[in-house]
Amino acid sequence: MTEIRIFFLHVIAILWKDIRYELHSKQTWLGMGMFALLVLVIFNFTFDLRVDNVSAVAPGVLWIAFIFASLLGLGRTLAAEREQNSMDRLLLCPVDRKAIYLAKLLGNLLFIGVVEIVALPIYALLFNVPLPAALLLIVLLGTLGIATIGTLFSVMAAATRARELLLPILVFPLIVPVVISVVRATQQLMAPTVNEPPWIGLLIAFDVIFLSVSMLTFQYVIEE
Amino acid sequence: MPAIEIRQLKKSFGLKPILRSVDLTLHQGQRMALLGANGAGKTTILRILAGLIKPSAGTVSVLGLDIIQDVQQIRRCVGFVGHQSYLYEELTIVENLLFFARMYTVPHAQERVHELVRRVGLERRAHERVGALSRGQVQRVALSRALLHAPHLLLLDEPDTGLDQEGSELIDALLAEHIALGGSILFTTHLLERVLQQSDRIVILGSGRVIYNREIAGLDYDELQRAYGEVAN
Repeated sequence: MTEIRIFFLHVIAILWKDIRYELHSKQTWLGMGMFALLVLVIFNFTFDLRVDNVSAVAPGVLWIAFIFASLLGLGRTLAAEREQNSMDRLLLCPVDRKAIYLAKLLGNLLFIGVVEIVALPIYALLFNVPLPAALLLIVLLGTLGIATIGTLFSVMAAATRARELLLPILVFPLIVPVVISVVRATQQLMAPTVNEPPWIGLLIAFDVIFLSVSMLTFQYVIEE
Repeated sequence: MPAIEIRQLKKSFGLKPILRSVDLTLHQGQRMALLGANGAGKTTILRILAGLIKPSAGTVSVLGLDIIQDVQQIRRCVGFVGHQSYLYEELTIVENLLFFARMYTVPHAQERVHELVRRVGLERRAHERVGALSRGQVQRVALSRALLHAPHLLLLDEPDTGLDQEGSELIDALLAEHIALGGSILFTTHLLERVLQQSDRIVILGSGRVIYNREIAGLDYDELQRAYGEVAN
């Protein structure tokens, strides 16, 4: 069997194990989903939304809901591994550490993605905004940016006692470029203006940089 | 080629030295018992050999492979049972073993998993969550996990923990089979009777060094107790 085939078989095995674990424990999806919906509903009551300001306010609300819900899920990236307070179960195996990172990243994308798919129609309903197909691309790229950084730092934070506190403190400053890009790209989609930077291009660039750096550094973060 | 060859191994955690200079050789097909007071460094040696932590100094080779350069290859030929079960409590026995079989790229994983579940007498509970099993049953599954990929070297950290008489006999049978197939075992224990019955060589650690190292042949219980007592005190 070739190394690449083994690499992807390991990725699939870890991802499938995490999905099975979540189906048994049902802790991540329900928590994230409820949180995202509550944020959308609360903001809907809080803001005085009118036709002229909805395109300025609604994208921010959507991404606040997604980012905070994502952080709840990212904090549980290693929930299964932390059961016995260590990563040793995975580290004992002859698995490329990049495969562990990629599987955890895909798991986070899946968990966050499911919550976003449920939350998007409710967002459209509450804020009375359309859901163009291009929004799905922006959501995908934004989620990828948040998850790449979040997965790396969730492993780092997992080694500390104050992991729930530390994760947002580490992740929020680093995802600022992604947050600005996704909010502005979503605004552009709702109310296009001229002379705007290519936000989607910037988002892709951030994702590529974050993904490359995370893949290269994960081994040093996860091992002793 | 020895199964394990350790020369002047040192390991510190922060400023605290755990292993000061350990020399140790385990030949293929041999069973070695590693004894010592709590904190003597037994678990640290096993964790280094399993590729979980790196030595601070010295050389360690497993089946001729260097622990730093060839750690992934070493992980493929080592099975480790630690203080923790290294199983996922929310998953069933079969789900756990299938997952680890895929991690070790075990051929015919389904058959191998069911064979081991049967061998450790847990076929009736195969689809129960590991979290719902007793300590002894978890230990049996942990040993199955370590044997999944038919490793050349087994590292067992107090393998008797939580086992009843039947469990101990089952595990002894599996370990005897492992030795008959040419495998090697390094295990830690505090049970001196087990050392006499289940090992070919005994090594006692004290203050991060090997202070007693001899073959079991010709050794009686009283002498072993005296040697161990000197270290423990």
